[in-house]
Amino acid sequence: MNSFWIILTGSLVAASCGFLGCFLILRRMAMLGDAISHSVLPGIVLAFLLSESRDTLPMLIGATAIGLITVFIIQTLHASGVKSDAAIGVTFTALFSVGVVLVSMYTDKVDLDLDCVLYGEIAYVPWDTLTFAGMEIGPRAVWGIGSVFLLSLVTVWLFFKQFKICAFDPAMAAAVGIPVMLFHYILMGLVSLTTVASFESVGAILVVAMLVVPSATAYLLTDRLSVMLGVSMLIGVLCSVFGYWLATWLDTSIAGAMTVVAGGLFLLALLFSPKYGVVAKVISQRRLRREIKEI
Amino acid sequence: MTGWDVLQDPNTQWVLIGCMLLGMCSGMLGSFAFLRNRSLVGDALAHAALPGVCVMFLLTGAKSIGLFLIGAAVAGLLAIYSIQAITRYTRIKEDTALALTLSVFFGLGIVLLTFIQHSDSGNQSGLDKFLFGQAASLIASDVTAIVVVSGILLAATGLLFKEFKLLAFDPGFGRGLGYPMGLLDGLLMLMLLLTVVIGLQAVGVVLMAAMLIAPAVTARYWTDRLGLMVILSGLFGALSGALGTLFSTQIENLPTGPMIVLAATSFFLFSLLFSPRRGLLSRVIRFLRLRRKVLHEDVLQALYELHEQPHAQLTATSFTAEHLSQKTGKPRRRIQSALRALWRLGLLDGLESDTIRFTADGLVAAHQIVLNQRLWDIYHMNENQYQSAGIDKNLEEITPQLSPDTLAQMMKQLDDYDLTPTLLQKPKPAVSVPYTKKGGFSL
Repeated sequence: MNSFWIILTGSLVAASCGFLGCFLILRRMAMLGDAISHSVLPGIVLAFLLSESRDTLPMLIGATAIGLITVFIIQTLHASGVKSDAAIGVTFTALFSVGVVLVSMYTDKVDLDLDCVLYGEIAYVPWDTLTFAGMEIGPRAVWGIGSVFLLSLVTVWLFFKQFKICAFDPAMAAAVGIPVMLFHYILMGLVSLTTVASFESVGAILVVAMLVVPSATAYLLTDRLSVMLGVSMLIGVLCSVFGYWLATWLDTSIAGAMTVVAGGLFLLALLFSPKYGVVAKVISQRRLRREIKEI
Repeated sequence: MTGWDVLQDPNTQWVLIGCMLLGMCSGMLGSFAFLRNRSLVGDALAHAALPGVCVMFLLTGAKSIGLFLIGAAVAGLLAIYSIQAITRYTRIKEDTALALTLSVFFGLGIVLLTFIQHSDSGNQSGLDKFLFGQAASLIASDVTAIVVVSGILLAATGLLFKEFKLLAFDPGFGRGLGYPMGLLDGLLMLMLLLTVVIGLQAVGVVLMAAMLIAPAVTARYWTDRLGLMVILSGLFGALSGALGTLFSTQIENLPTGPMIVLAATSFFLFSLLFSPRRGLLSRVIRFLRLRRKVLHEDVLQALYELHEQPHAQLTATSFTAEHLSQKTGKPRRRIQSALRALWRLGLLDGLESDTIRFTADGLVAAHQIVLNQRLWDIYHMNENQYQSAGIDKNLEEITPQLSPDTLAQMMKQLDDYDLTPTLLQKPKPAVSVPYTKKGGFSL
């Protein structure tokens, strides 16, 4: 049963990250996802310190606020003339440092250690259960990430057309009257929420892996956004299953193993994707060369 | 222990020297990375170093900085190659490739790290210090390694300064001159990699990127010259290293990396706000001054044109702030304050009696402004006639740019359009009104 809960949590994390990651990589904002996932840390710690509990809600609120602030700071810096990559680099490292310093200074008050910050403690998920009306209804993490996942699914489903245009052609979206900035911030808000909800399970840096790697893999396999979203979520689930298996086999961090599996799947797609894979390209080049020779 | 006692301790002195040298190296090399738009590559390199270090430990079972250096360097090279290969052979963009490589390598590193920790092979405890850095754990041999490597890096930067400058600003031109730009780019990457590797123990893999970015961005606020920027950046890096180390030795349990990064970030924030030319504060001041100057000029011009309107006489009717507000389309409150300021400058008179008029100086100033404005109008209306006159449209004043012939031609055109400023009978266009840079008039 424990394995089931761990795999379920992992799948939910990977699927919700992979889902939003598609939009991130299409808008070329993968590093912004990286930045958010680092900088939510001070928000989480502050929520811990202020609410003095491990309740999910204050954490979600605090960290999402910080995530949006991060995006805002980066945009402000960029607007005031700092190159965008440098703006990202300066902002997230500074906020992450604040978070790490807070964790170190209040170790006794904050129920978080630095290892957990980096790679989470998904293995302990099954023991931290939620009770509702006197009944145990499964791990808290599952409910947390599950509801966030549902929220992003519903939001994207409602505004799918808008998100799609914003992802591929923001200029056109603005021209047809879609509030591009609003959707940008909605997307960033969802990314922050997902990051926070995943944080305890997989840690700061592996959230980035889950945001980017499955969606990049899906990007190599299809040209349709809807298919890409589906494939990306599916790959997330695969990562969770095989990652758990790999981690129990090697006795290592489950979140790390999930990332390694994701990397492996990406490598497979990179080599053998029917349309964009390296092998397919080599074959089609050969064929082209032969055809040219025959002419 | 107070701060001074800590400084007396030879061990701390070593650590301090190590961190300062590290900050200097990362600052100097970071400025080249920054100018090449490669700031985040340092992030990827640092994260990628983790699996390299772990593999080295698994292979040898020893904790020596030399071996770790090699491991991290190999892993870093692999990461750079992956990023380049992914962007070249697939349709994935560079930022995604960067985030992907970074996180997969780091995930691998975490797997190996936890594997080592769970297999309790005794002295593994040092490895997790690589995550956030622990300068206090630096021992003499580590510091020696840092000194040697950073010495080499600084010397190489000095020797290759000219080449790196080309690389940063115009690699195409450099290739044209016959420099091996690809090789130099690779060399710069290698040097960045070495900086990252020696920084691992002090700052840690997670935050090493900040050491490459923050000092460079900070230095950029203070200068436009590459040489000075590199030096300043090195200085900021060294200072951050020193401050961060001092703070983290003072307070128990505080990892060094975040403290160094926070020190570097404070320098950045200070520069962002207060640097003399690019700082936000000076920009706001400049903007307000410009706005005031434009307002003053508008008021003078409006008053001039009001006087001009009926039949070119100075003492015609009484003009009030209301007239000016209507003429310029600006709110009355602002007009009033502009009038007071101009009165203080001795350009206007008669504010109390609501018969605003120019003083002698004021008339000259207003005449110049109107003439300049109308000459620009003429120029824009007949731009093709004046193409050979070599006029820079970005400058504020046109008269000093004109040759006597062109000026005469323009004055004639002004006459044709009936636009010649009439209030001052003897125009002295050669003498322009000297504006001070602070805005307002220096008459």
